[in-house]
Amino acid sequence: MDTKLNLNIDRSVGDFHYDVDYEFDAGTGLSEKTIDYICDVKKDPDWIREFRKDALRKFNSMPMPTHWASPDLENIVFENIRYYLSQGTMPKRSWDDVPEDVKRTFERLGIPEQERKFLAGVEAQFDSEAAYSNIKAAVGDQGVIFVGSTEGLQKHPEIFKKWFGKVIPTGDNKFSALNSAVFSGGSFIYIPPGVKVKHPLQAYFRINAENFGQFERTLIIADEGSEVMYMEGCTAPKFETSTLHSAVVELVALKGAKIQYITVQNWSANVFNLVTKRGIAHEEAEIKWIDCNIGSRLTMKYPGVVMKGRKARGEVISIALAGDGQHQDTGAKMIHAADETTSNIVSKSISIGKGRSTYRGLVQVGRHLKGCKNNTECDALLINTDSRTDTYPAITVRGKENACQHEASVSKISAEQIFYMQQRGISKAAAMSLAVNGFVNDLVQQFPMEYSVELKRLIDLEMEGSVG
Amino acid sequence: MSTTLMEKPSPAANWPAWFTALQEAAFAEYENTPTPTRKVEAWRFANIKALDLSPFVDAAPVASEGRLINASTGLAETSAKLVLGNNALLHREGTALPKGVILEPLESAATNHTDLFKKYFMAKPVELGSRKYAAFHKARVAGGAFLYVPPNTTLTLPIEIFQWVEGENASVFPHTLIVCGENSQVTVIDYFKSADKLPALACGVNDLHLDSGAKLTYVAVQDWSRETTAFHLNSTTVESNATCTALITNFGGGYVRGECLSRLIGEGARSEMFSINPVEGTREIDQRTLQDHVAPRATSDLLYLNALDDKSRTIFAGLIKVEPGAAGTDAYQKVKNLILSDDADPNSMPGLEILNDEVRCSHGATNGPVSADELFYMTARGIPKDTACRLIVNGFFNSLLERLENTTLRAHLMQLLEQRSR
Repeated sequence: MDTKLNLNIDRSVGDFHYDVDYEFDAGTGLSEKTIDYICDVKKDPDWIREFRKDALRKFNSMPMPTHWASPDLENIVFENIRYYLSQGTMPKRSWDDVPEDVKRTFERLGIPEQERKFLAGVEAQFDSEAAYSNIKAAVGDQGVIFVGSTEGLQKHPEIFKKWFGKVIPTGDNKFSALNSAVFSGGSFIYIPPGVKVKHPLQAYFRINAENFGQFERTLIIADEGSEVMYMEGCTAPKFETSTLHSAVVELVALKGAKIQYITVQNWSANVFNLVTKRGIAHEEAEIKWIDCNIGSRLTMKYPGVVMKGRKARGEVISIALAGDGQHQDTGAKMIHAADETTSNIVSKSISIGKGRSTYRGLVQVGRHLKGCKNNTECDALLINTDSRTDTYPAITVRGKENACQHEASVSKISAEQIFYMQQRGISKAAAMSLAVNGFVNDLVQQFPMEYSVELKRLIDLEMEGSVG
Repeated sequence: MSTTLMEKPSPAANWPAWFTALQEAAFAEYENTPTPTRKVEAWRFANIKALDLSPFVDAAPVASEGRLINASTGLAETSAKLVLGNNALLHREGTALPKGVILEPLESAATNHTDLFKKYFMAKPVELGSRKYAAFHKARVAGGAFLYVPPNTTLTLPIEIFQWVEGENASVFPHTLIVCGENSQVTVIDYFKSADKLPALACGVNDLHLDSGAKLTYVAVQDWSRETTAFHLNSTTVESNATCTALITNFGGGYVRGECLSRLIGEGARSEMFSINPVEGTREIDQRTLQDHVAPRATSDLLYLNALDDKSRTIFAGLIKVEPGAAGTDAYQKVKNLILSDDADPNSMPGLEILNDEVRCSHGATNGPVSADELFYMTARGIPKDTACRLIVNGFFNSLLERLENTTLRAHLMQLLEQRSR
């Protein structure tokens, strides 16, 4: 079968840009002054100011991880990035209060409508700060806290300080250090013991400004026996220059708690998306990352779960779609640190044109543990002759009462499938699209209904160019 | 006599002058190349402390020549046999080789067959992390074996090479270079043995080259003392429709770093890369592999089996690389770790880099204990638990030995495994 096909993904929904007047602007470049500016605007307590400055020192001293990661990282010019842009640090509780120029962006993205339909709470971040943040009264009455990181820090310092930076230390990697230095925005969530939040909480991250760096910081604590589902969506307009998104997300699931964290990343193709995500699962707790990476120029993201308590469970479900010129470098980390912990990683990637998808995984089982199990499956689909896929797992499973298995396969769309469908009058483009959707279908099913519909639409590949 | 290896070696008498010049350059390269650190991906998980080579000294000529020759027994029937000890030829058997077959120590091959030697001797760079140790080897290599099988020549019986080390902290630089001409066929068994239980250093290279349609079976029986630090660096080149089957067994060695790189450069080439690693005590077997698919419609199949007891460690880092032009590639890679102890430390990094869409490619890594059902079945029939466990481990390895075509060779290797496990 001829594979000179050109599949395009619909990224037009997020590709628009409005001019906005920013009240606070830290300028371009990064120095101690930038940090002082951010601290002053956000009225950070002294320990945070010190925390940020320490992180900046770490960031400056750490080398780029190019000994294993893509050399494309060298193209990030940290001096040209704007590290803080906002119209004020406190989000509005009502869409009516959100400034018109920001509101129209979210309306065009359909956020207020989705909130009315099926969400328990929404936070909408515009560049550095949340423009809007609200949860339904019924959920708030149960004691659920869902605010931005700035507000969380100011209003709930006792919970915030206890967990902040504990799951992902500042020096974990160069980009977590960068985030720790200049973080702004993101969500702070606390679910009290036994509370099961029925509907998802959603955050929406929007980059609007050119040459901007978004560094949100999310901290979710699910107290004993509680349950929560959190969803985040990301978009940015397409600029000529590169944009940096470097978030840190920390999850804590206390005994018996369940956290599901869902990401649909659809950044435009000029965004470097370098994100550190990790959760700690205590006894019988469960953390599940559902991760879908469609956009960006380079994504490096390896959600992790540290299974600290007996019978804890970690799961990563990952879909990556690397279009022409994109590199999706994604994966998972599973650290088993207690008996009878189980983890599961299922990763599916699709590379189109000269797109490159990479799976990087880490599975560790400590010695003298019993009954730990890991299962890893990685499947890659290559659409064109020059598409590329890589798999780099690292597995250390000690102890004779533990088991793990890792499998990976690489394939292309079967010519028979396409032929079969074409015989029945389905166009080649539609047949390819169906085959791709079929490849990821079992994973898409794991997303909430509303998201799986959206995902299918995103992966609804349109074929352009000739066949032959 | 016993000079440390950190000093520049004095030129050996047996090499031609042009080669000693290369050795001097290689020693400079060794000195100028930094010692690896764990931060380098190629040395991730590795025990860097084992790389301290300062205790080792030049090997003196062997003292117990007769004993070593007598102990160099393998298969009942061979077409030729070479015995080397401490970097020098001690003994050879089998002179009636087919016309044109060359089997000589490296020094005489470099003198008598200079063009062939120059074309194939360490012709490919070492790419899997041990460039420094490849340079070290080149600077000090002596003895070794050069085998050339001319086109359309078949050796029905295997060739055996024994490479011994003798003496405390002695260092050897075993080298096996095999060149198979078009449509030739040969089987080579390379034994690496210690005369005593003393610490020693072995820094070896074994390069295999197969021209179109050639068929080579190469088995390395690595049986150094448990105190030995060993590097075994391999580069294999497979031309069109040639088939290389290489099996590395690591029975001995305290710290072993193995690198196997197979390049499939001709259409329809086939490379089978097997390894059997029973490890116990505090031994560490660190293996890095690359299956490099350059040509279209080639096949590579890698299967590494590790059984880990006590506080032993294994590292397997493998990569299948499918280059843009390698359409129709069939590539497999599998590592299986059988865990016999809670303190064992297996690390697996099975990697893929695929730059062409028309491939069949898969890899897998598994970790698990001896099956409780199998153990129960055997103990219920009166087999002591220890014996049952040993039988299961040997059965695990036997599943790989069955992939060898030569049944005599298979039985011989099974016998070595059984002797070892007793």
